[in-house]
Amino acid sequence: MTTEIRSEMQTNGQETATRRLALVASKGTLDQAYPPLILATTAVSLGWEVGIYFTFFGLDILHKERFESLKVASLANPAGPLQVPNLLGAVPGATKLATRTMKKWMEKSSMPTIPEFIDMARDSDVTFFACATTMGIMGVSESDLIEGCDIAGAAAFLEFAATADVQLFI
Amino acid sequence: MTIESTPDIAPTATLDTSGLLCPLPVYKAALALKPMEAGDILELICTDPGSLADIPAFARQRGDHLLDVKDTGDKQVFLIEKGTGQ
Repeated sequence: MTTEIRSEMQTNGQETATRRLALVASKGTLDQAYPPLILATTAVSLGWEVGIYFTFFGLDILHKERFESLKVASLANPAGPLQVPNLLGAVPGATKLATRTMKKWMEKSSMPTIPEFIDMARDSDVTFFACATTMGIMGVSESDLIEGCDIAGAAAFLEFAATADVQLFI
Repeated sequence: MTIESTPDIAPTATLDTSGLLCPLPVYKAALALKPMEAGDILELICTDPGSLADIPAFARQRGDHLLDVKDTGDKQVFLIEKGTGQ
């Protein structure tokens, strides 16, 4: 056992106050949908209170007909699953291939899908704020979204985030 | 309790998260600890390369007590005593 871990173990039990995590999920690609959901499900496991504000393209993560088919950008994404010259990311089918490759990686690593992560987060009482402005701009109605979203504007989310210990924009 | 001479502790429950990556080990550990009583002990088996950093943080944040860590390189076994906070 390392000294570091030993000293960490000796501070056990000193962190008991409930903490709060406030996340903004602003992107609607498959690769960018994972980080907020991973952080949220981790935080609730630590006993934290968590809210995610889904705004602009991030709202697709809550969209019943879109959240199963989020895609990985094959163009302008040099670290993406397709290790080919960037320009080839523009050819027909490249996005599909990049998406399929990433989904295979996730499945091979036993990682949950986005809908499964949404269920995990919802079962753990993560609050899903659906950005009302985005809904207006993009013509998304409440019935387009999964059950249990709080439709809210920036003021409601900022009030939640104001007392958060950790706030992150993704 | 001393870390150096860990007595044989009989866990109340065992959870094997071999092959699973973050956040699943902590997510499943939290689910496993939920029905347990304060003072009960969860034996948690991990192969996630982050577990040596993550599981002590998990226990600290929840107010649980990490009683022991056994690290064999490719596998880590943690004994977590549920605290009174959750």
